[in-house]
Amino acid sequence: MNESILSVEHLTKRYGENTILEDVSFSVARGEVIVIVGPSGCGKSTLLRCLNALEPIQGGEIRLDGETVDSGAKDLTRLRQRIGMVFQSYELFPHMSVLNNILIAPVQVQKRDREEVKAEALELLERVGLSAKKDAYPRELSGGQKQRVAIVRALCMHPEVLLFDEVTAALDPEMVREVLDVILDLAREGKTMLIVTHEMSFARAIADRVFFLDNGGIVEQGKPADFFDHPQTERARQFLRTFEFESVK
Amino acid sequence: MNWEFIIKYLPLNRKAAWLTLRLGLLGIALSTLIGLFCAAVRYYRIPVLHPLVRVYIEISRNTPLLIQLFFIYYGLPKIGIPTDPASCGVAGLSFLGGSYMAEAFRSGLESVEAIQTESAYALGMSRFQTLRFIILPQAAAVSVPAFMANVIFLLKETSVFSAVSLMDLMFTAKDLIGLYYKTTERLFLLVAFYLVILLPVSLLGTVLERRLRYAGSGT
Repeated sequence: MNESILSVEHLTKRYGENTILEDVSFSVARGEVIVIVGPSGCGKSTLLRCLNALEPIQGGEIRLDGETVDSGAKDLTRLRQRIGMVFQSYELFPHMSVLNNILIAPVQVQKRDREEVKAEALELLERVGLSAKKDAYPRELSGGQKQRVAIVRALCMHPEVLLFDEVTAALDPEMVREVLDVILDLAREGKTMLIVTHEMSFARAIADRVFFLDNGGIVEQGKPADFFDHPQTERARQFLRTFEFESVK
Repeated sequence: MNWEFIIKYLPLNRKAAWLTLRLGLLGIALSTLIGLFCAAVRYYRIPVLHPLVRVYIEISRNTPLLIQLFFIYYGLPKIGIPTDPASCGVAGLSFLGGSYMAEAFRSGLESVEAIQTESAYALGMSRFQTLRFIILPQAAAVSVPAFMANVIFLLKETSVFSAVSLMDLMFTAKDLIGLYYKTTERLFLLVAFYLVILLPVSLLGTVLERRLRYAGSGT
């Protein structure tokens, strides 16, 4: 495997008395695609949110390319620019056009040349099939379109790691595919990604490694074929069974 | 209806209307500044100031302007601060309006969901950039209807100024009624002048609301 770009050591996250994540450790190699699955409430999303310091952590250490990600750090904004995140609810800025949604951070935060970023943004929009929507407002887009714009917005910052937090969970079934195809494309390009999802066949297709998270810890991890076909733990077996249906006829 | 009387006293009314408008707008401008400050204190829960602002808002919103004016007009000289009717009127209106504006702005700020802020942070924006580019534009759109309602409310409240002997519209009307007993004409003029001031403001509010409607709605 390549060198590690992201490492998490003994991460502990608590909300008051409630422990959400306990002693979670793993590392991610450059270009690796990690899919995190697990029952709802197991801390998958919280784990992602800790990685770009949207959540302060109570123990352990997260390092991006050797630099510590700390929610109190002075250069936090600089670190966050290197970690892109896409949310379940898209979170486009409703008062800005598609293009401005994409341009605002590269231009204002990274101080890059507007025309240069715009050219890149248009190219990416073209790739996700949305160049015709560049001047549209988020309210005029379908869920799947919004999510593709959100992905382009994250990509334009040139992040080294991309986090996807259940990005298709709020979408109508027929729109899930168009978003997943974009992410599959990014995997082919060799982007480093951590993906939280409930789409098991997608997970199987895209993951280099699958993490099964339960009760605040990584219970099982492995190659997708191993995990989905031969889960080692009873909890993982139980979880995977919830996606299967017995024939009723 | 005695039209001659109406025409004769139009100039006096214009003067009074001008005074009402001037003091009203000054008071509204100060109210807006106080409101922005208080809304920011409450939104960011700034320690020490936060509870003080709450006390101010409760007092200001739950007492009538007339009483507030009396306090300022008759009370302040007792502790050695001289007052004159005009600054007293502006001060009273600002004291009252500040709290209403604060609540209008706060509801705008709080209408912007926390995850929008997180989304901006995830893009590497600083707190200030997030406020400027993401929170304020959306909050402003939501605040406009309440803000305009407050402007109209405060302009109408200026009718209480006559109580501290300001020669505003209401004072002029009462004065002339007392002198000439032309009640119908006087009250007609009074209503007409308030409408002349308030209708354009109301119209401006509608236009603003329509233009900003989409800014805050839906992701």
